Amino acid sequence: MPPREGTYGLLAEFDTPGDLIRAAQQARQDGWRRMDCYTPYPVEEAAEAIGFHRNKVPLITLIGALMGLAAMFSFEVWVSVLAYPLNIGGRPTYSWPAFIVPAYEWTILWAGLSAAFGMLALNGLPSLYHPLFNAPNFRNGATTDKFFLCLEALDPKFDLAEGKKYLETFQPVSVVEVEY
Amino acid sequence: MATSELKTKDPGVDPATGEFRVIGQGQTFKSVTEKISRIVLTPHTPLGWFALFGLGGAVATVLMVALVWLLLMGVGIWAITQPVAWGFAIINFVWWIGIGHAGTLISAILLLFKQGWRNSINRFAEAMTIFAVVCAGMFPLIHVGRPWLAYWMLPLPVTMNVWPQFRSPLMWDVFAVSTYATISVVFWYIGMIPDFGTLRDRAESKLPQYVYGLLSVGWRGSVRHWMRYETASLLLAGLATPLVLSVHTVISFDFAVAVLPGWHTTIFPPYFVAGAIYSGFAMVLTLAIPLRKYYGLEALVTERHIDNMGKVMLATGFIVAYGYGMEVFMAWYSASHWEAFMMWNRMFGPMGWSYWVLITCNLAIPLTTLWLRKLRTNISFMFFLSLVVNTGMWFERFVIVVTSLYRDFLPSSWGTYRATKWDYMIYVGTLGLFTALFMLFVRFLPMIPMSEIRTMLPGAKITPKATAKAGD
Repeated sequence: MPPREGTYGLLAEFDTPGDLIRAAQQARQDGWRRMDCYTPYPVEEAAEAIGFHRNKVPLITLIGALMGLAAMFSFEVWVSVLAYPLNIGGRPTYSWPAFIVPAYEWTILWAGLSAAFGMLALNGLPSLYHPLFNAPNFRNGATTDKFFLCLEALDPKFDLAEGKKYLETFQPVSVVEVEY
Repeated sequence: MATSELKTKDPGVDPATGEFRVIGQGQTFKSVTEKISRIVLTPHTPLGWFALFGLGGAVATVLMVALVWLLLMGVGIWAITQPVAWGFAIINFVWWIGIGHAGTLISAILLLFKQGWRNSINRFAEAMTIFAVVCAGMFPLIHVGRPWLAYWMLPLPVTMNVWPQFRSPLMWDVFAVSTYATISVVFWYIGMIPDFGTLRDRAESKLPQYVYGLLSVGWRGSVRHWMRYETASLLLAGLATPLVLSVHTVISFDFAVAVLPGWHTTIFPPYFVAGAIYSGFAMVLTLAIPLRKYYGLEALVTERHIDNMGKVMLATGFIVAYGYGMEVFMAWYSASHWEAFMMWNRMFGPMGWSYWVLITCNLAIPLTTLWLRKLRTNISFMFFLSLVVNTGMWFERFVIVVTSLYRDFLPSSWGTYRATKWDYMIYVGTLGLFTALFMLFVRFLPMIPMSEIRTMLPGAKITPKATAKAGD
């Protein structure tokens, strides 16, 4: 369990994505692991810099898609063959080509919902509270025009004074301590 | 088109490429965020907004009146009867849902093709999709005559133990349109989450902070979140692309599976999809041109966007033209007496005027003028043209539905079709409903995706240390 009081981490603010990426790369090289970057738009290089390469959203989407496909196709077969067979001019009840369209639509429906909600779930959202919102400069910049690097207190290398000095070497706009 | 046609001194033109810039010069993260969020967060709603919202609301009231009368009296108040049993309701259904398709094309297909310019227009194009689907979805519901029994269309174990017929395109429609509506709303909402975060952080009063805070689900811009978010957006785009193609294909099956001359043709699916995109881009222009002017967004929705949309319309317009041509060709080449008569009747019969309105609005005017870049970047001309194409595409559906039905195989059963005032009231009413919903969107939601615009600004370039500068 993460500690619920005390320091969450140290937050360094940068003006440009380039500065953030260089700082994040250096920090990872220096052995920092529990850290995160916060940017107002997706910065792929920053994710690479902190060693975040792959995510599970595609897998969740694939599982959702297959479930949607299986659910609708088997439902159609059950309705048309077993539950309510219609004899129209002696045509076969198991007329699978006609079942493709609704099954196709449900594949997309389930895949799309899995992608959207799977993404939110993996991100731990909704979570309306986060310690970072306590930082005085975070909300003013993180969703507008500033770039942040946060070294978290959970990292074994973390030390308040040392960490602060370390972050200052990247010449950020500011370094602040974030409390829970 | 040659660059020399343009005034090279025009500040909107990038001298390096000779093309109009996608984003006007001198924009920074801050200025873009400020410009877009101010429209939503300002406490002073412009008077023009009230005027348009009021107008839309008033026209939507007409819809309410017509719907109440419809529920009291039944679909007999419409002009539908034998032989034209599908009238305005189906025309409007296909027209509205076609309009919606351009929103998905812009948000999904152009994203997959990495067309950065779409970032400025995708949000309101998606909003247009959703409101168009709202208007469209209403028509089949009221057309069934007893809308309170519309749940019979769903595969629910109802009391009679009757299950739907899964081999019918009308049943496929239920799944196609409901999936389309759901995925469009999800895609739209997911796209807005980071912008809700921005609005939450920039709002100054309590209520917007609270509401946008809830809507943003606590978005804080972590790059791990961003990467999953980007993956999900790409996947949603990849899923919405085959979806949008399938929706209008299934709608065209409603016609093409029937044995009626004029409907029974394999060209319908691609020709319906192209027509949908054609009319949808026209509607995006109809909405975008006044919006950018009124809210001063010329730096974000530039001549480049108008120009590119003109090009897409030119291309899809020619696919539609091919469809029209192929219909005429097949009427002759099939050597089917009924097909040939249907085509002759469609062009020169008592309702032949509607075919020529369609040809004028969809082919004669746009496909001759859209070649010229001068005209494609002439804002008032493009606004005019967008209205022309919207009209033309409405007439296309009118021609397909009415002129195929009113004179079928047996001359003794021929008839005609003349819409009643209730038909017109419902159609015009949905235009009001659409306007009112769109005005609400413009006022309360970020109409241009801020996070996506930021990726296209010069400040987003990752520069080596020496030349890094703040903000731009």
